[in-house]
Amino acid sequence: MSADQNSNNHDIVFTTKQLSVYYGRQLAIRDIDLSIQRHKITAIIGPSGCGKSTLLRSFNRMNELIPTARVEGQVYYNEKNIYAEGIDPVSIRRHIGMVFQKPNPFPKSIYDNVAFGARINKYQGDMDELVERSLRQAALWDEVKDKLKDSGLALSGGQQQRLCIARALATEPDVILMDEPASALDPIATLRIEELMEELKRNYTIIVVTHNMQQASRVSDMTAFLSIDRNDLEARIGILVEYGATQRMFIKPEMQETEDYITGRFG
Amino acid sequence: MQEVKRVSVREIIAERKSKKKLFGLFKLSRGKSVWENVIAVGLFACSVFTILVTLGIIITLFSETINFFSRPEVNLWDFLTGTNWRPLSSNPSPENFGVRPLIRGTLMIAFISGAVALPIGLGSAIYLSEYASEEVRKVLKPALEVLAGIPTVVYGYFAISFITPLLQRVLEDGLGIDVSFFNALSASVVVGVMIIPMVASISEDAMRAVPSSLREGAYALGATKFEVATKVVVPAALSGIIAAFILAISRAIGETMAVMIAAGATPRMTLNPLESVQTMTSFIVQVSFGDAPSGSINGQAIYAVGATLFVITFLMNIISDIVLRRFREVYE
Ligand SMILES: Nc1ncnc2c1ncn2[C@@H]1O[C@H](COP(=O)(O)OP(=O)(O)OP(=O)(O)O)[C@@H](O)[C@H]1O
Ligand SMILES: [Mg+2]
Repeated sequence: MSADQNSNNHDIVFTTKQLSVYYGRQLAIRDIDLSIQRHKITAIIGPSGCGKSTLLRSFNRMNELIPTARVEGQVYYNEKNIYAEGIDPVSIRRHIGMVFQKPNPFPKSIYDNVAFGARINKYQGDMDELVERSLRQAALWDEVKDKLKDSGLALSGGQQQRLCIARALATEPDVILMDEPASALDPIATLRIEELMEELKRNYTIIVVTHNMQQASRVSDMTAFLSIDRNDLEARIGILVEYGATQRMFIKPEMQETEDYITGRFG
Repeated sequence: MQEVKRVSVREIIAERKSKKKLFGLFKLSRGKSVWENVIAVGLFACSVFTILVTLGIIITLFSETINFFSRPEVNLWDFLTGTNWRPLSSNPSPENFGVRPLIRGTLMIAFISGAVALPIGLGSAIYLSEYASEEVRKVLKPALEVLAGIPTVVYGYFAISFITPLLQRVLEDGLGIDVSFFNALSASVVVGVMIIPMVASISEDAMRAVPSSLREGAYALGATKFEVATKVVVPAALSGIIAAFILAISRAIGETMAVMIAAGATPRMTLNPLESVQTMTSFIVQVSFGDAPSGSINGQAIYAVGATLFVITFLMNIISDIVLRRFREVYE
């Protein structure tokens, strides 16, 4: 029993307990309880404005960059509450990478973009090797190996997004958070990002927000469906409606609301 | 005089504008309404006027300069290389008309005031853009801009009534280093303070224009606030920051009143900022106030000095243009 418990705990990267986030006095998400499994891809789906990004940003304490945001409840990362007093959000973010909806490479060279995180972390190893490895992992190496000194902004949108993924990988994170990473990309670039996620799953835990149902069903192992609380539509509070294995969620959801959303009958 | 500096900037701007309007004029004259054409012609006239005035100033400047150099008592080579500036000496000769002391005085004041203003200005810009809360910023930014509106005479008297005595107390009484009452350091410090708002305000605008998505990207990689500011925001805003620096230094070079009051009027080939020096602009004012008759050697010398200043600031404008283009290529 206790051995079982241990292995269980080992498979869980994040656990949120009664997680609520406010923007000013407005409650954005309420009482989210969720466990994220290691080396799996977890998709967060739900209608616009239901708090998917807000939830994602509570995993690396990015919400507190917004002056009005306030977090209640706990988020355990490897069983440690990252919102406990005395925990430095900077040290948390060094283990949890993030990729944003719009590619946001720095106006620096491709090389410097990838090396950025490692440099501020005072990486001791061989930087050239790290840059190459990260770019290879992000399936971008072959396209840029001859122009590492060129600006990251000179790349196409899809390449920029893979550069941002490489940049996140170079800090050797444990988890990668992705907020609609392919929504600004064309179908081919999207497919490449999805293949990439499949690859990365072996070494990383991925949490991805997506609006694209096919994408969620194609790439994810687990799916969390968030929606506006129906009991209080006025307040527009995001709650977790259903969470489970993606296959089951898409074939036989437990909640009528989930089925409506997945089949496009929402709203 | 400041006039001289402005001419070079204005001339470039006016030239660019006039080109645009000329093309606009031709486009509009084809099949558009009469009123539109009247507007276009009116605007065209404005720009022609600006150019003519500018040209007039430049022609006066250089024709008087040519008159100056065609005098037997002076020549261009000694003017540019000579290290003695004694225009009032009873024996006007080439060795008394070397402009280098004035250039050195000007550059010394520009250099030291830059050393004061650039770090403090950039520091304030980083604070305002990256650290200050919205409320603090709303108070501080206008306060900074008020500082820029104080007449320069006030800065001059602030220098001799506060900074100079302070320097004398600390350096002379404390450390036994001679400090003249009129000295370049005191002038440089107030000119530095005077140009801080310019550096801070323009740099801050450039830094706030950096998209917040870049800051988020850096935070997500585990950067601290200071790392975000210095490794992402400042490099991304670099072209604007350099523009701020160059504008501020041009302003320091052209500054007259405060410098005259605090640094005195002793043309001297020195690197010691605790002595009195004379700058190009303060020489021009000094002679102008002395009612130098036009056509006299001093009346013409101010044009020669003015033309020298014009060439220096013009070169700075060109260099800044090149620098800006360079950084733009790298960063955008
Ligand atoms: N910086 C902010 N300040 C105030 N309110 C915010 C802020 N960011 C988000 N909100 C509010 O919080 C709620 C949840 O927003 P969030 O961005 O998390 O939704 P989302 O599910 O990611 O939406 P989308 O699918 O459109 O990206 C929304 O009602 C939004 O208006
Ligand atoms: Mg979102």
